[in-house]
Amino acid sequence: MFEHYLSLFIKSIFIENLALAFFLGMCTFLAVSKTVKTAVGLGIAVTVIQTITVPANNWIYNHLLREGALAWAGYPHVDLTFVGLISYIGVIAAMVQILEMTLDRYFPPLYHALGIFLPLITVNCAILGGSLFMVERDYTFGESVVFGFGSGLGWALAITALAGIREKMKYSDVPDGLKGLGITFITVGLMALAFMAFGGIQL
Amino acid sequence: MKPLRSFLDRIRPLFEKGGKLEKLYPLYEGIDTFFYTSGEVTPGPSHVRDSMDLKRMMITVVIALVPCMFMAMWNTGYQANLAMQSLDISTAPGWRGAVLEGLGVGCSPDSFWSNFVHGALYFLPIYLVCMVVGGAWEVLFSCVRKHEINEGFFVTGALFPLTLPPTIPLWQVALGISFGVVFGKEVFGGTGRNFLNPALTARAFLYFAYPAHMSGDSIWTAVDGFSRATPLGAQAVATIQQGVSASQQFAETMQSIHVTWSQAFLGTIQGSLGETSALACLIGAAILILTGIGSWRIMVSTLLGAYVFSWLLYGVGVTHLDSISNPMFLMPPHWHLVTGGLAFGLVFMATDPVSASMTETGKWYYGALIGIMTILIRVVNPAYPEGVMLAILFGNVFAPLIDYFVIQANIRRRLARNAA
Repeated sequence: MFEHYLSLFIKSIFIENLALAFFLGMCTFLAVSKTVKTAVGLGIAVTVIQTITVPANNWIYNHLLREGALAWAGYPHVDLTFVGLISYIGVIAAMVQILEMTLDRYFPPLYHALGIFLPLITVNCAILGGSLFMVERDYTFGESVVFGFGSGLGWALAITALAGIREKMKYSDVPDGLKGLGITFITVGLMALAFMAFGGIQL
Repeated sequence: MKPLRSFLDRIRPLFEKGGKLEKLYPLYEGIDTFFYTSGEVTPGPSHVRDSMDLKRMMITVVIALVPCMFMAMWNTGYQANLAMQSLDISTAPGWRGAVLEGLGVGCSPDSFWSNFVHGALYFLPIYLVCMVVGGAWEVLFSCVRKHEINEGFFVTGALFPLTLPPTIPLWQVALGISFGVVFGKEVFGGTGRNFLNPALTARAFLYFAYPAHMSGDSIWTAVDGFSRATPLGAQAVATIQQGVSASQQFAETMQSIHVTWSQAFLGTIQGSLGETSALACLIGAAILILTGIGSWRIMVSTLLGAYVFSWLLYGVGVTHLDSISNPMFLMPPHWHLVTGGLAFGLVFMATDPVSASMTETGKWYYGALIGIMTILIRVVNPAYPEGVMLAILFGNVFAPLIDYFVIQANIRRRLARNAA
């Protein structure tokens, strides 16, 4: 059992890295990766949100939404999967609000550094993607905890590495037309090339 | 040398501001400083006087690559001649056969010159394409963007062909080097400003774009209809037999492709052009370390990372012989070091001063990361029999981050020391 969780964990960090294998969460990935410090902060925020929302959505899916899930309430034939998307988003938005208030109260520097991007995590496709992958792959509750934590950590690792490269690229002399986002897209593409090292590992 | 100097001085006005060929000044400057030490000195008060500038540094790397290039030519010819002997073919096809006939060296694996010339007929076209196409991009960018032509390109142009199989089509070589030079380096502003090794970027691009020409068993020997696996490729598909000891099984696999450890060390085996010989890479490593150009820390830590980690996996393989399904676990550590591109990568690619970690402590972590990743990809990832290329690119991606944390740790330590 432990081995199964471990391989799922490794898989969600490296092999199926949300940022560099699926290219999810690109808007924040490209925009908040200028300095390592904020990137680490955002990475932690995403990991925390992901670790909470994926299991929470898993619980909602298994006990309320999926076909026959409402049997405990006396409705064995009800299938509510069509409201899945909006429920996941609702859970994510609520979690982000709670995290925002916590940060504002206890870690003001990080709160100010993240600025607008903290509320934007709500619509970060990496977070929603995590929940949708969980539904599609039919994870159990335990698996979804591991997957949520692992995929968040993988995304955090990728954005920190990108921020490291971008800090080093202050010394680069990029052609005018490519400055800013253009060169960042190329950089991310080259990083994904290096992450192909894990493509094909079977766990 | 006097006439050359006066010739260069005479045509100088043509390239200076207002001259006819003003746009080509970087080209002129590149040629001038290639032959003579640059006359420019730092005007400010603090500077180090040293004739060891970037150009001399890069040329030293190319000199360190000469043993590998030599082996690339000799071994390619040797393998081709051996294969032709075993298939009973007496003349090489096409223009290469005509050249070999014309020089009167024939195709015999026992003749040094036949091997050398035959291999050179494969290596030199690839090398020339790299130089011409890559050089054209370099000149184009430096003319348009007004920076100097840099010798860094000579290193990329020499490293890249050595990582390719001898049978690769030349148009792919041109495409690969274009991608490597433009996207691996020039869009970031040229030598010293990129974050990935351009030669490896080029190779990785080709590897994923044209896998049929970059992997498999039939591409390593330049003879049609002959195929033999590299040691890593053969071990990856070996079947595990029950009741036979691990070393016995491994020895049988190597026997089936006629490879011994000393052959793998000397480099008379299947593989990419320049990667086969660990000995040639050792000579190169000696030159790089003695001249202080390659970092010995990176070389040692990569070697240690690969060796220790492969011992670990080998230990797992030997003790779990009855339950394991992956034959790569049975590859002994000392074989890991001499097969594939590990030696070539750790000496010439991982030590690239631009894309490696800059801090001395960071270099240890960076090297160990590459060594461990190499073995991990080789053993655990069934998609690729060889992992050096991707491991080094992976190391390049994390090198800036390693530096960042090393510097932060230094700052914290000094603050703590001064506070006390």
